[in-house]
Amino acid sequence: MRIIAAMSGGVDSAVAAARAVEAGHDVTGIHLALSRNPASYRTGARGCCTIEDSNDARRAADVIGIPFYVWDLSDRFHEDVVEDFMDEYAAGRTPNPCLRCNEKIKFAAVLDRALALGFDAVATGHYAQLRTGDDGLIELHRAVDHGKDQSYVLGVLDQQQLAHSLFPLGDTSKPLVREEAARRGLLVADKPDSHDICFVADGDNAGWLRDKLGERNPNTGGDIVDAASGEVLGQHEGTVAYTIGQRRGLRLGRPAPDGKPRFVLDIEPVSGTVTVGPREGLRIDRITGIRPRWCGTVPSLLAGPGVTVQLRAHGAEHRAVVTVEDGGDRVAIELLDPAEGIAPGQAAVVYDGSRVVGSATISATARSEALG
Amino acid sequence: MTTPGPTVYLDHAATTPILPVALDAMTAQLAAVGNANSLHASGRSARRVVEEARETIARSLGCRPGDVVFTSGGTEADNLALKGIFWARRGEDARRVRILSTAVEHHAVLDPLDWLASDDGAEVELLPVDERGRLDVGALRASIERDPASVALVSVMWANNEVGTLQPLDEVVALAAEHGIPVHTDAVQAVGQVPVDFEASGVDALSFTGHKVGGPYGVGALVVRRDLTVSALVHGGGQERDIRSGTLDPPAIAGLAAAIEASVKAQPEHAEHVAALRDDLVRRVVEVVPDAHLHGAVLDAALDGEAGGRLPGNAHIGFPGCEGDSLLMLLDARGIECSTGSACSAGVPQPSHVLLAMGCDADQARHSLRFSLGHTSTAADVDALVEAIGPVVERARAARPR
Repeated sequence: MRIIAAMSGGVDSAVAAARAVEAGHDVTGIHLALSRNPASYRTGARGCCTIEDSNDARRAADVIGIPFYVWDLSDRFHEDVVEDFMDEYAAGRTPNPCLRCNEKIKFAAVLDRALALGFDAVATGHYAQLRTGDDGLIELHRAVDHGKDQSYVLGVLDQQQLAHSLFPLGDTSKPLVREEAARRGLLVADKPDSHDICFVADGDNAGWLRDKLGERNPNTGGDIVDAASGEVLGQHEGTVAYTIGQRRGLRLGRPAPDGKPRFVLDIEPVSGTVTVGPREGLRIDRITGIRPRWCGTVPSLLAGPGVTVQLRAHGAEHRAVVTVEDGGDRVAIELLDPAEGIAPGQAAVVYDGSRVVGSATISATARSEALG
Repeated sequence: MTTPGPTVYLDHAATTPILPVALDAMTAQLAAVGNANSLHASGRSARRVVEEARETIARSLGCRPGDVVFTSGGTEADNLALKGIFWARRGEDARRVRILSTAVEHHAVLDPLDWLASDDGAEVELLPVDERGRLDVGALRASIERDPASVALVSVMWANNEVGTLQPLDEVVALAAEHGIPVHTDAVQAVGQVPVDFEASGVDALSFTGHKVGGPYGVGALVVRRDLTVSALVHGGGQERDIRSGTLDPPAIAGLAAAIEASVKAQPEHAEHVAALRDDLVRRVVEVVPDAHLHGAVLDAALDGEAGGRLPGNAHIGFPGCEGDSLLMLLDARGIECSTGSACSAGVPQPSHVLLAMGCDADQARHSLRFSLGHTSTAADVDALVEAIGPVVERARAARPR
């Protein structure tokens, strides 16, 4: 096959490209330029969209022996990922831009362009596995290395996207990938993993949002209110600095009457109110999801011992019963293992065993009477 | 992707293969010892190589040997001219803060000008060009005459690197001369392609580089009149009239001189040869892709080398509905090498400032390719391009993002 290898400049995508070549594919490396203004994005070894990263990707392509180009997708990235990130935070939700980027950029804009240019698939360094099911459909499965498994951020891909994807690293653990990179002479073998959000230069989400939201910022301050008493406990400098389940940075100055730590339970962007309370208040077992995306056939009811839901990247698996409602537009999730600190905007990815069934964006959470 | 057959190199304006005479001249010196500033026999020998090269260049370009200041290439020569002349002229008269140039200069001129404006108090005016990329001389006249005493320097390229348009340098020199304003020209693309004579042109400073004329990389020169004061950028041992210190590189300089001499001597036949190929290329590409269109000056061999005409080896073609970088990638996969114009250091294609200045919109500025022919170009190169371009354009159109 003719393959586009998306190369971030990191070790994983470099080894993935090398493996695609070794598997006999005709591979072309590309690096995505995602920043309109590279200086505003993160620098150094932590990121994936700086000039250094682009050079690292280019050198890896040289070593592997494949052509290499930079594709400028900065406008699409800004529109589909960065703007969405800001809108979601402005609405008091907690989005996951990596899922969004996979759905809209890597396996949409890049894949579409690759197919039109005569390529057959896009290969990335994501840790996940593809298998062909009994029904002939391509299935997305967790990686062998559960610690590095990235099937969660790929849970937005549909059958068409999966059918034109390659994840050459799904059967290997990260340490072995690093060893393999060193053996192949790839200089990125010991480059640190990237973390956080690539377009937030210093990892300071709240500062970045305050800076960029401007008029879209729903508030620049408000009350921090106690959930039980309704008492105003303090002030904050904008709800965008908070996410459900957050404990640090509340700076309430005085302990709760019971002496226990307090957590953000709710964010109301219009009034600017941040509600805090004890940890028990974070526990939920009911989730409503919207914008569902299914990897294969659309299910109606998912139940059984293998059915689980993952609610954040590298988060726990919660046993669940998932019902598809409203003609497929809405998903009701009943968690058999309650979860804590789940924020609207996050993705709920549904698994059956190791297989990803699909995903939905969390629009609301609730607690059943059983939780009290 | 595999490359079928030999490479079809259509990017001579980026760099052109070294000429055998230049390679010979260079290799003859590579093993020789001697610092051209040393006083002993080895030093004298190295110095002799450098000075003979200087004389050869002077004969070829119509200047005096003492006018030639060796640099690391075109970018350094442009920086030295712009900063060095600006600083010296303003030093003589503090009113001289303006630098007049064009909107279509190479980044080696635009970026130093940006820096002089942002960090050194210069007032830079980039004058407009017409739809063919030719300087609006009326605008230059108006700008000079608004306050001639405040103009430190005028810098106008000889020929544009992207669309190949030749600038009306005679008119620029005549205008500037009325007010005693020095003129610099970036002639990196012109030398060896069109007749270039320093004295006859009347300019005060002229940049050129080795690797565009079949010489080595990393060496070039600023030709600058001896009686024009230029402040140094690089301070040190006082080489090159004390305005460009640093131990000279005799092998590179010998290679540069050999390439200049050979390419200037061969220029008339070379221009005829590449212009014929270029005309054929443009005609046949437009036959295959009917809405493709040439940017810059009209195709007329009689105008090649004249102001308002174009460089003989340049074909800059717009392909509506395509992304230039898709075209480049698809051609590259077929072993055909060309250029999309300017790319930033990360390799991201940028809409060309030259095309934007010529009145193209951002879309038009992104859908173009520069094919540039040179001394190794053959009819087979043109055939290969003509054969590939149809399917490549079709594919690139399909790949255009929504």
